[in-house]
Amino acid sequence: MSLRTDLGRVRGLGSAKDGTAHWWSQRVTAVALIPLSLWFIYSAVTLVGIDRAGFKVWLNAPGSILLMSLFVIALFYHMQLGLQVVVEDYVHNERNKIFLLVLNKLVAVFFAVSSIIAIIKVAFGG
Amino acid sequence: MSTGNRPLSPHLQVYKPQLTSVLSILHRMTGVGLAVGALMLVYWLNAAAYGPEAFERTQAFLAHWFGKLLLFGWTWALFYHLCNGIRHMFWDAGKGLELPQVYLTGWLVYIASVVLTLLAWTAGYGMLGGSY
Repeated sequence: MSLRTDLGRVRGLGSAKDGTAHWWSQRVTAVALIPLSLWFIYSAVTLVGIDRAGFKVWLNAPGSILLMSLFVIALFYHMQLGLQVVVEDYVHNERNKIFLLVLNKLVAVFFAVSSIIAIIKVAFGG
Repeated sequence: MSTGNRPLSPHLQVYKPQLTSVLSILHRMTGVGLAVGALMLVYWLNAAAYGPEAFERTQAFLAHWFGKLLLFGWTWALFYHLCNGIRHMFWDAGKGLELPQVYLTGWLVYIASVVLTLLAWTAGYGMLGGSY
């Protein structure tokens, strides 16, 4: 006989009260980052020592704006998920932990949006 | 929950480091290191958005020996985290969990990360035509 309530079983959240959402998002972003990060390394190699004019030409090339934007979105989503676990594992003071968890999320969004604006500015700006 | 003055169980430091435990903590350490690298990426993109002078300065910093050292570290960290991440996905699928396989794939990941890093840097220096 199980002592779990029917409601508890239906919710399927377990003792962490979190379900598989975090774990799953981490895997989905990881799958996206396999081709994206390989593309980024390849691009970074071809961009060694480039000046801004050359960088602008490269960013305007078909696919570059799209893949660079997708890369920073997947990167900062994945980074936020990973750093969240690091904070949860090592920061035991509840107040500090919540502060860092919120900071982590806000900073990740800030960096992702800031990167995309910069990409658009370089590609379409002067 | 009050834990009072209860004795603590022996922690990680008492165990002899093994390939499995070292690679495991390296996955987390490279992840945190790559988060710092992501900061550099944001700075680099924003420097390009700010203007040619700001971009030149950032490029000069990255071409400096210290910048190169950082980039080299981030290259290896990215390849390691990527390869070991793929290893994790096989584990998630329930494959490669036997101890000999865990050691074999562990060494494979380590060797692949080093080889890929050296390949990327050789290609990078090739882009410069060996000028530095």
